[in-house]
Amino acid sequence: MSEPLHETRLVVNGVPHTVQVPARRLLADCLRQDLGLTGTHLGCEHGVCGACTVLVDGAPMRSCLLFAAGMDGAEITTVEGCRAPDGGLGPVQQAFRDCHGLQCGFCTPGFVTTVTAWLRDHPDPTEEQAREAIGGNLCRCTGYQNIVASVLRAAEINREQP
Amino acid sequence: MTTRTMGEPIARREDPRLVAGDGRYLDDLGQGALAAAFVRSPHAAARVVDVDVSRALEVDGLVAIYTYEDLEGPVAEPLPLLIPHPRLHAPRTGYPLANGVVRHVGEPVAMVVARDRYLAEDACERIAVTYEPLAPVVGLDAAVAAERTVHDDVPDNVSARMVQEHGDARAAVAAAPHRLELDLAIERSASMPMEGRGVYARWDAADRSLRVYSSTQTSTSVRFALAVKLGVPVDRVEVVAPDVGGGFGVKIVHPWPEEVLVPWAAIRLGREVKWAEDRREHFVAAAHERGQRHHVSVGFDDDGRLLGLDVDFVHDNGAYTPYGIIVPIITATQLLGPYKPGAYRVEFRSLYTNTVIVTPYRGAGRPQAAFAMERTMDAIAAYLGRDRAEVRAANFIQPDEMPYDHHLTFQDGRPLVYDSGDYPATLDKVKKLVGWDEFPALRSEARAAGRRVGIGLACYVEGTGVGPYEGAHVRVETNGTVVVATGLTTQGQGHETAFAQVAAETLGVPVERVTVVTGDTRRFKYAVGTFASRAAVMSGNAVALAAGKVRVKALRIAAEALEADPGDLELAEGTVRVRGAPEREIALETVAVLANPLRYAFDEQTRLATQFVVGRGVEAPPVDEDDEPGLEATDFYSPLRSTFANGMHAAVVETDPETAEVRILRYCVVHDCGTLINPRIVEGQIHGGVAQGVGGALYERMVYDENGQLLNASFMDFLMPYASEVPKVETDHLETPSPLNPLGIKGAGEAGTIAASAVLAAAISDAEGFFVDRMPISPSDLWALRERHARKEEG
Repeated sequence: MSEPLHETRLVVNGVPHTVQVPARRLLADCLRQDLGLTGTHLGCEHGVCGACTVLVDGAPMRSCLLFAAGMDGAEITTVEGCRAPDGGLGPVQQAFRDCHGLQCGFCTPGFVTTVTAWLRDHPDPTEEQAREAIGGNLCRCTGYQNIVASVLRAAEINREQP
Repeated sequence: MTTRTMGEPIARREDPRLVAGDGRYLDDLGQGALAAAFVRSPHAAARVVDVDVSRALEVDGLVAIYTYEDLEGPVAEPLPLLIPHPRLHAPRTGYPLANGVVRHVGEPVAMVVARDRYLAEDACERIAVTYEPLAPVVGLDAAVAAERTVHDDVPDNVSARMVQEHGDARAAVAAAPHRLELDLAIERSASMPMEGRGVYARWDAADRSLRVYSSTQTSTSVRFALAVKLGVPVDRVEVVAPDVGGGFGVKIVHPWPEEVLVPWAAIRLGREVKWAEDRREHFVAAAHERGQRHHVSVGFDDDGRLLGLDVDFVHDNGAYTPYGIIVPIITATQLLGPYKPGAYRVEFRSLYTNTVIVTPYRGAGRPQAAFAMERTMDAIAAYLGRDRAEVRAANFIQPDEMPYDHHLTFQDGRPLVYDSGDYPATLDKVKKLVGWDEFPALRSEARAAGRRVGIGLACYVEGTGVGPYEGAHVRVETNGTVVVATGLTTQGQGHETAFAQVAAETLGVPVERVTVVTGDTRRFKYAVGTFASRAAVMSGNAVALAAGKVRVKALRIAAEALEADPGDLELAEGTVRVRGAPEREIALETVAVLANPLRYAFDEQTRLATQFVVGRGVEAPPVDEDDEPGLEATDFYSPLRSTFANGMHAAVVETDPETAEVRILRYCVVHDCGTLINPRIVEGQIHGGVAQGVGGALYERMVYDENGQLLNASFMDFLMPYASEVPKVETDHLETPSPLNPLGIKGAGEAGTIAASAVLAAAISDAEGFFVDRMPISPSDLWALRERHARKEEG
């Protein structure tokens, strides 16, 4: 009873990879186990909490609801890919630090990817819009108040460094 | 010049790695390890007749399957009763794998180890367990009725019964000019951290040593427990809590069945084994809390002063009692909040049901206590037609009455004596913050416009920083780095930052030079754990004490080197200077070098400390009899008793006249946790606590059907609040330092959660004009209540 493997090409954080995966292997597991990118976390494995959110061709998607084998040719950005070009913290990551937008940090990667994508289309959000932007991700620690502040702060950093 | 870091809202030291995806949580470790998965009971109560594994054997990658019959020695015995208590007369704990009987859905029956988790779950699906289902006991009514039992040898389902009394409360109630009786209930909820439990074990057969990583709130105690269970000498067992994705109480329980079995299997197989809990497992196999029903009899005078308070409650402890009766004891003792009733009696029964075990969840019995007490205050105010804040104020313990002895016994077995607090000042602040006195006008205006708004107020006092102790080790390295280790764990509370601030402040070094290790028994072996809002109080003070010893030693060595009196020295910015003669100075890293007389040099720094360079002459030994090499020290903080933080919440809600939806318009918290180490972290704790409190008040409940099936065991159905549900929290602080510990700290971790159900029930009652006596309350619950009250008014 061994499973057939599917050759799958992924470009993850700009780096091309070819992996051999069983059809049922989740994208999240592929990123974490096959590529060693453990920043993507699994909080529920049924698409509700958003901790596993990655960007697929720029759009935020739940990597616990996607099969790796179905992603052939996709460009994927994980939290590790949201850094600044010099390897330091990216604007959203820096904003979360500045605003105490995390406590245990387990859900944070999903927020960072979600907010990174959202700010591209909403460079100057209001507080209400910022709250709406994170409305699909669960956090059990922060009460979201400082995450909302982080979104606003990230927009500010983006504007400062065009 | 001073290095002021205590009290500063500095950014957290742990964040750069956590925001970048470089955190290392349990499941990020051991990528090559074998994976464990569990076959769990689908029945709430059943006899296990047969476990047939034959179809699982053909699964590719299968390594092992274990059932109870495979267990031996201490692993085959029941799990430990962690907190025995004389009043817990019928304690029962489960086995790591079911021994012929299952008592809740989710109880582990068989363990599978395979090459990866997919394959382990394939094998689980192929294991056929034959059960003989029994009729379960679900809910407090069924437990009290005891027509069926959870444990054959506990015929009334009662695990514990406790009475505490000061004065003759029943007589005082009977003799009071006014009396009320109330029934008040809170339903089950759960900690529900974003990361579930997890265990990863490595057995080194050649070294005969075991290293276990666990997503736990107490690595030191897991170590001792595993050494006993697995028969491995304690000094061959290391337990490490890596980055932990939230705990909120549930991860203080140990050793879990999985926490015993994973290392046990790793030793047997000689392979690394890992188990990471999935979300459904967390719902049905970890722990819940909160389910309690309270009956309150209260007697009071014309001003609402409590003359007698008599509380009787029942607590649903689930199928087993590994964590004892801590939760109901806390309810029983913390119910009094900031008040001083003339006489108080409390009695509880803790009852078995065929549901997941009940152990502390943030607040730990206090949300129920605050709900019972604060709703009683509201009922008294309504009965007397007086202002709710006024009735509370009439019952406050006054600042000049501190320390205040309630003549009860707290959860740590010590007297319930409040150390400090200024409740009238807290009330003034919260009334101002929320606009209490101006609200009646707003409410009338809103009503005239067809809107329903209401305001609520709730107070609490929280015993924090329970013993027995915590410790810390502080060492100054020869490169000037200060390394702090404490055995207590961290799950997001920012301990790496807060303890670094304490050490930096005490030692006079920049905080950037301090690194902190928590929850790693390789680095510090004696600790209790992170719970009961105790980390800052306990380890904070232990770090201060240990750093203080290092400071004394540094000044002594520097005094010798500078040929000065230690009393003339100051230590700041990492340098020791002679006061008034700043040119006479020595860097702390050089002091660290001098503290360790060396035979061998291995770099420029250590060349300064070899035997031909340092020493106090040939007449003295290089290291004094009462001294030790190294600029380092260990110390412990052990408090006489808990310190008591306090706070008050006020909330304004609007209820939709048609949909019965509840919207929180304002949420205000005034909190006094003594000295603040890092106000930003404390503020974050309050925000997060309120969010969990709001979840428990309006959304979250564990819904069991009559068969003991948990109907909402997923994030689709158990409604944890998103950003759209959590209000913006407005905060204000008082700082009444605790006289019990050197830093004056009181705990802050649970404060935000405790008063939420009480304050929101009060605000909803105020908006609706009828009394809310059970929480949580959903729109459909509120709608049903409206219907009932409308019928009552008609008929």
